[in-house]
Amino acid sequence: MSKYYVNKFLYTVDRDPELMKRYAEDPRNLVATWEQSIGPRLIGNDVEESTVVALTDHEREALINHDYVALFEMGAHFFLNLTMYIGIFDEPYIQKSGPLSFQREFAAKLQHWKGRDYPTVEV
Amino acid sequence: MPPKQQMPQAPEWKRKVEAYRETLAAAKPDILVMVGSDHFHQIFLDNCPQFLIGKAPRYDATFYNEEREFGIPKYVLEGDEDMSRFMHQSLMDQSFDFAFSNELKIDHSIICPIITVRPQNDLPVVPIYTNIFAPPLHSPKRFYELGRAIRKAIEDYPSDKRVAAIGTGHLSLELGGPRQFMETGPDPVFDRQAIEWLRTGDVDAILANVTHKSMVESGNATQGFLNFILMLGVAGPEGADYVDNLDLFHTMEAYFTWYPKEQAA
Repeated sequence: MSKYYVNKFLYTVDRDPELMKRYAEDPRNLVATWEQSIGPRLIGNDVEESTVVALTDHEREALINHDYVALFEMGAHFFLNLTMYIGIFDEPYIQKSGPLSFQREFAAKLQHWKGRDYPTVEV
Repeated sequence: MPPKQQMPQAPEWKRKVEAYRETLAAAKPDILVMVGSDHFHQIFLDNCPQFLIGKAPRYDATFYNEEREFGIPKYVLEGDEDMSRFMHQSLMDQSFDFAFSNELKIDHSIICPIITVRPQNDLPVVPIYTNIFAPPLHSPKRFYELGRAIRKAIEDYPSDKRVAAIGTGHLSLELGGPRQFMETGPDPVFDRQAIEWLRTGDVDAILANVTHKSMVESGNATQGFLNFILMLGVAGPEGADYVDNLDLFHTMEAYFTWYPKEQAA
């Protein structure tokens, strides 16, 4: 498991409008592109590559499926996990069901964690 | 935004923020020391300082994803390199190993208080960032002591300029978890207790009761309260001169002002 690399995906995609658009529209392709040419770059350096980390199959599938519940459960950082999927789902949910409807569905899907220790976000 | 599209608390929120803004104006500050926390905008887990000070001549503000999510416009804030340099050296001399940045883009933790308490954005700033959400985090006591050290640096600054310190944090807050975006914050009991501790300047009670475990139990993002503890450190163990709060739909906002006692009168 590489929590760090999952967070790196969320961080680098969420901050870039073009990558966000591609991740919303075609997540499988964007995740493949990211693993090949974006994830391995050291942050802030387009020349140097890092060979330290890789996504597991479970992590890759969670990212491809926009599966924020699985990401929460594997300890992806709560702020990145929320911001990313607000970026993708907030607008369509507002159109359909009103303000904060996505955020409340997100919370509802995690109700089984209420009162328990959440998976740690420490990397 | 037209009144009908505003949240119901909007008029009250506006009133409270304007009243709070006056408490800063009354201090007639020349420089603002701004305490906030980057939310994975410039700082990430590849290189993550516990405490960092900005030392730039000016600071751009607001990232694309904050404009997208919160609708916050772009700003440029003037810096004060002299004060930054003095503050950095003083904090190092007081055993705080500060990281520093000469090219720091400011996020909502610092630009939101500028928008609310100094919207004319006419004063130079010294930004200080704390790590409040990438564990392991420093202890509540360490945050309080950092506040004391910032206060000492301000007192020692060889200038007749008037310095105000402004910090932002949270009371109980949940983000990306099962208790997010409820009708109240995740732990209103903690919120009321925390406001009372800060109102009375009761740092002993805070340090006796607030731990990382207790904060996380109050909401997974409640460690933003560490910045309130830091700000009590700047003030010292004193009762606040101004206290207000507002229940917003998913968190309690609280506003405190302390004046240096010789000027409070």
